[in-house]
Amino acid sequence: MIGMKQMVAVSAIAIAAATGVAKAEEPLKAEVIHWWTSGGESAAIKVFADAFNAAGGEWVDNAVAGGSAARSAAINRIVGGDPSTAALFNTSRQYHEIIGEGLLNDIDEVATKNNWDKVLPEPIAKAVKVDGKYYAAPVNIHMPLWIWYSNAALSKAGVEKPPETMDEFFAALDKLKAAGITPLALGGQRWQENSLFSAMLTNVGGGELWKSVYGDKDEAAIRSPEFRKVIETFISLKPYVDQASPGRNWNDTTALLIKDEAGFQVMGDWAKGEFKQANKEIGKDYGCIPGLRPDSPYVLGGDVFVFPKTDDAEQVKAQQLLVETMTSPDVQVKFNNLKGSIPIRADVDMSSLDACAQLGMKIMSDPARQAPDASQMMEESVYGSVQDIVTELWNTPMTVDQAVERFEKALKG
Amino acid sequence: MGAELSRHVKRNLVAYIALLPMAIVVIFAYLGTMAWSVRLSFSSSKLLPRYDFVGADQYLTLFDTPRWLTSLGNLAVIAFFFLLICFLLGTLLAIFIDQNVRAESLFRTVFLYPYAMSFVVAGLIWQWILNPDLGIQHTMHGFGFTDFVLDWVVNSEMVLYAVILATVWHGAGLVMALILAGLRGVDTEIWRATRIDGIPAWRVYVSIVLPMLRPMIITSLVLLSISIVKMYDVVVAMTNGGPGTASEVPAKFIMDNLFERANIGLATAASTVMLVTVLLVMAPVIYSQYFRKSGRAS
Repeated sequence: MIGMKQMVAVSAIAIAAATGVAKAEEPLKAEVIHWWTSGGESAAIKVFADAFNAAGGEWVDNAVAGGSAARSAAINRIVGGDPSTAALFNTSRQYHEIIGEGLLNDIDEVATKNNWDKVLPEPIAKAVKVDGKYYAAPVNIHMPLWIWYSNAALSKAGVEKPPETMDEFFAALDKLKAAGITPLALGGQRWQENSLFSAMLTNVGGGELWKSVYGDKDEAAIRSPEFRKVIETFISLKPYVDQASPGRNWNDTTALLIKDEAGFQVMGDWAKGEFKQANKEIGKDYGCIPGLRPDSPYVLGGDVFVFPKTDDAEQVKAQQLLVETMTSPDVQVKFNNLKGSIPIRADVDMSSLDACAQLGMKIMSDPARQAPDASQMMEESVYGSVQDIVTELWNTPMTVDQAVERFEKALKG
Repeated sequence: MGAELSRHVKRNLVAYIALLPMAIVVIFAYLGTMAWSVRLSFSSSKLLPRYDFVGADQYLTLFDTPRWLTSLGNLAVIAFFFLLICFLLGTLLAIFIDQNVRAESLFRTVFLYPYAMSFVVAGLIWQWILNPDLGIQHTMHGFGFTDFVLDWVVNSEMVLYAVILATVWHGAGLVMALILAGLRGVDTEIWRATRIDGIPAWRVYVSIVLPMLRPMIITSLVLLSISIVKMYDVVVAMTNGGPGTASEVPAKFIMDNLFERANIGLATAASTVMLVTVLLVMAPVIYSQYFRKSGRAS
């Protein structure tokens, strides 16, 4: 542990030297707006703060509870002419409009120096690079569509090995149901239902369909039998969910797996935090399935920091130092271990990552399996309409034909 | 006429000056932002306000959005039952308490207490009570009644009534307090006179006392209507609009589009529709109030 800390400090000093910040100078003040307030999250962001402080900066923490509240605060400050030094956003299109309005500083200098074109996975680079310039610093990669399972629940139901295909998955669900265990733990909230649908789209439809429906919004793909199959499979999952599902929070849902009361849950890799807190071990108590087909796409979500426009040379320097420290390999590993996500670059020491993260890194290293998150492929308002359809599809007797109609209208309109 | 007006202004100059700060706040902070929202509803604004002009596009999109139409329908159902039940229940409670019952202040406190809670707390309490995993159903199953079902918050068909239940529980006490205050103001001579005439008590309430309480009734109806239009927190705390879109309300649609979906144009169009609806509903009430007041002054 101490060795790790020293490593971070040493690398931070090295960075400080590289960027030409002398220790004796006034520390570079950087106010950072973010929404990482839970236990694991605040421990993770402290890694950034410590590294930045060690590199000659002065981290001023401005945590706002709740993602959309924090983003609103950041945007209001930007529009009001009193921006923070940096602000947290999701790796998505959330910040593309403020780039278009010329309200963000680009960080091309640091990106070029660190060879981001080579280092970053393509979907992530695409999400942060606008008109040939880097405007946001990705700090982690979350894969939102992992399938988690409880070992005890599976063995109680007589499922010998975790499913690797869709058919095995359904067979396992049936066995769990017969054993009186909730087969699929789902929190009936819009975004969780949407995750489940996305998982069906990537695992039943595959990476190509994922990109052509959500990315290209291709009419033929939306009307294709493959997409209908996705909708049908999604609907056929309804009987495997328990009655108390509507409105349940994701962590309460993960708790069902921790208590071995449910078999599977589709959730992002942040669910690991819940298992870890309950002292559960990967492999022994629970496990993770990245996908149910050999070529299932690895969806790359995550978080980025953006850097509001300023002419103040000190602030620009602080912004660049932030980018340097936050994306440096050692800080990346330490941060992502606490956050539950995986580093944005493959050139890091993976040995300290947990089994699921290592598996994720391995899959991600294959460019063919990298896929952008849905939020990177469409505007927030369009994505919102898509989620409305999914939640209605799940909670009302909507037919496949109606669903296809509505998907087409939402995506094309 | 002109001379009279200027004399009126001179005499009340101090009062006008004292009212000025409030007037400025109302004109700029309330009316100004309202006008700004209406302006934005005719623009293509997404994340940031934009000042182009796209005509009624946002309104056309709005009324082509299934979730908005569901929200409006839900609000109509909630408004009808909430107003009706809340008002009847509140009035009845007030009348019962007015019968010189023992421990009156205890009952008053008990019935008014829910109103002291925020809608968020009220929503959470009922969410727990009606949740099949935590609440009454769970308890009954624990007692061995395993066929007992009370799953309103997770049942698409009943969830609206769960919301109505929570809001009635929250609001009925306020109606009771207002009506009770009015009942206490009724001249005892009237009661004595009706008793001599042998008129039954219910008839006195319906034909004499309640018509006398018109201002209280209007006030409570206005307060209830306002809480219907702004209904947001109770839904967020209780169901978050779910299951699916079964308990979505317009205010939540507006907030979601404003803050989560970066769709300012659509959100302001929706809020303009709500504003116009409120004005249409409230106009007769406001008009009659003003009309009565000016009538009395002259």
